Amino acid sequence: MSTGFAGGVHPPENKHTEGDAIKVMPPPKRVYIHFSQHTGKPARPLVQKDDVVKVGTKIGESDGFISATIHASISGKVVAIESCPHPVLSSSPCCVIESSNGEEWEHGVSEDYDYESLSKEKLLELIREAGIVGLGGAAFPTHVKLSPPPEKQIDTLIINGCECEPMLTADHRLMLEYPVDIIEGAKIFQKILGAQSLIFGVEDNKKNAQEILKKAGVDVKLLKTKYPQGAEKQLIKALFNREVPRGGLPMDVGCVVQNVGTCYAGYQAVKFRKPLIDRIVTVTGNGVKEPLNLLVRIGTPALDVINFCGGYVGQPKKIIFGGPMMGIAQYSESVPIIKGTSGIIVWNKIAMEEEGPCVRCAKCVDTCPMGLMPTDICKFVNNKNFEKAKEYGVLDCIECGCCAYNCPSRIPLVHYLKYGKSEVWRLSKK
Amino acid sequence: MKDLLVVSASPHIRGRENIDIAMRWVIIALVPALIFSVYLFGFRALWIILISIIVSVVCEAVMQRMLGRKITIIDGSAVLTGLLLAFNLPPGVPLWLPAVGSAFAIIFAKQLFGGLGYNFINPALAGRAFVMASWPSFMTREWLAPVGGQLSGIDGVTGATPLNLLKNPANYGAPEVIIRQLNDWTTVKNLFFGKIGGCIGETSALLLLIGGLFLIIIGIIDYRIVVGYLGSFALLAFVLPTQGNVLFHLFSGGLFLGAFFMATDWVTSPITKKGRWIFGIGCGVITIIIRIWGGYPEGVSYSILLMNVFTPVIDRLTRERIFGEQKGKKEAKK
Repeated sequence: MSTGFAGGVHPPENKHTEGDAIKVMPPPKRVYIHFSQHTGKPARPLVQKDDVVKVGTKIGESDGFISATIHASISGKVVAIESCPHPVLSSSPCCVIESSNGEEWEHGVSEDYDYESLSKEKLLELIREAGIVGLGGAAFPTHVKLSPPPEKQIDTLIINGCECEPMLTADHRLMLEYPVDIIEGAKIFQKILGAQSLIFGVEDNKKNAQEILKKAGVDVKLLKTKYPQGAEKQLIKALFNREVPRGGLPMDVGCVVQNVGTCYAGYQAVKFRKPLIDRIVTVTGNGVKEPLNLLVRIGTPALDVINFCGGYVGQPKKIIFGGPMMGIAQYSESVPIIKGTSGIIVWNKIAMEEEGPCVRCAKCVDTCPMGLMPTDICKFVNNKNFEKAKEYGVLDCIECGCCAYNCPSRIPLVHYLKYGKSEVWRLSKK
Repeated sequence: MKDLLVVSASPHIRGRENIDIAMRWVIIALVPALIFSVYLFGFRALWIILISIIVSVVCEAVMQRMLGRKITIIDGSAVLTGLLLAFNLPPGVPLWLPAVGSAFAIIFAKQLFGGLGYNFINPALAGRAFVMASWPSFMTREWLAPVGGQLSGIDGVTGATPLNLLKNPANYGAPEVIIRQLNDWTTVKNLFFGKIGGCIGETSALLLLIGGLFLIIIGIIDYRIVVGYLGSFALLAFVLPTQGNVLFHLFSGGLFLGAFFMATDWVTSPITKKGRWIFGIGCGVITIIIRIWGGYPEGVSYSILLMNVFTPVIDRLTRERIFGEQKGKKEAKK
């Protein structure tokens, strides 16, 4: 029986697009493909201005172990390698490709390959070459996660189908529409890891996905709909009552967690040798005319995606990449989709509430799934006492936002926590 | 021209509850006791409550103005302070007393320490302690008999509250008879429903219980403080040498008002879960010690004030266990 995890919140789900089948957005005229779309070192550019590229051409080589390769997502000409708006880094080096007439795919991509007989090493190589990263949002290179050091015994591969962020439905649709592909991908990961067991975790607001996956023959655990159920550490705790030690990784308790979208991409990388050139994005919010789940090429500017969904409703006030709890508010509508973009939320109305004093209600303490005391940490951060902030566990914060969500004084706790984390990192590097 | 996009840190959605709403719920939870107090003691009780609230709100506004702060009287916290202070006064006190008490509460206990969120002791209780120390005769003698009942809760004795009787039974008649009557089932029933004298808002344990449970259910106050307080208190009332039975002790005096509505004050109670247990238990222990061995018949308000002072230390010593923290292995302090 699942034991659940402590803390967490249950915001209104607002998953309005869960009934909308995934639509394919045609390739845009121009794409902006960033060399840094993942956790780790940016990819090293392999192309120059005026180079001709096809769909699936490698344009960035993974630079070091924790890095990922980058591929062209449309065919055409490289018109610039320059700094462009980036959804996470504000701006970053980027390859701009303008499409030519027609779509030309790189040699060998999208053919049907037999993969059953391939070795673990070959499978891992294919995944690395395809530039697969975790598609749940953090975009950690998948091949790294799939090659734990030999002393870490992995017994369980957990496939994360929680999609606990409100409003997002991309993973849900994927599970409903491509369950077999996801399972195949999961089995490929399982083979690479040599894990004995494979288990899917799905929140109980997606019972239909659970049934479909179960019918396809895998073990699926239904979990309580509670944010952040899909956070790795909380998911492992809820499934097996194992606690990842502080500062540790899931592999320290014999687990690896992969998102359903990542499994799907991994399957395509092995079966069709198709690199990660597109992903499913939920486009939603009251500021967009036709909310949709959309298969979008990596590098497509947000505005193109929004226009494909019928354009804006009213004036956009806030554009978020990701979900409402952890997503990042964008300063420009020209920011392109990157590998980790799970959703675009457009709002034409937002409530601006003033920050009040902390009244020590302790709701942040009670709700923190990491057992932290957010209000105390934020007071330390505000006093620039980073030593104390670290002692109180600022680095354990997963930035889930439960504390700020519940704060009756509307204190932007996550803002202070993120700042505190970055300062602690900076000071420890000195 | 297009408006600029708003860029702010996540999360981009917030829960519905804010301070104004929370304060309002606490006030609403106290309304049954308020109405009952007016029924018991007449419009005099209402006047004391209104004066206390009005002075409290006016002082808050004036102080915020003088200190250059934003005026936040609509958040309801000053109203609540005034209301709680009035609930802690005997109904016969002169009408200037609530005014002095709530002015002290807001000016000295709250605003001079930085306003809402920064006061280290409960303002209403600080106001009560101030008037208690300054005018003890008003605070200990100006009781009124409730409509249709006795101040003491037992027949034939007037001029003392049940806790006074328990403390000095010999002053009011034959001690054995009085003690027996106090432990009588009818007395306990009177105490529970509130057909007794006492401070304005503390008489009916039942109404306070209903309001308090409501606040626990909607998540505004924490059960740990309440359970810790009442639990430790009841246990000690049972084992320690006292002439009142457990139910008498639980339902008499201001215990329910204190346990549900004042010990649970957000600002002045610990934020850690373990700390809230310790805080509640500490209140229970101090209350019963004062009741049995102290100079006052009642110990609720001083127990809470004392524990308020310990709150920062409790918080420091009872940090939450961080997810994944192993026993005995503390993160290296570097």
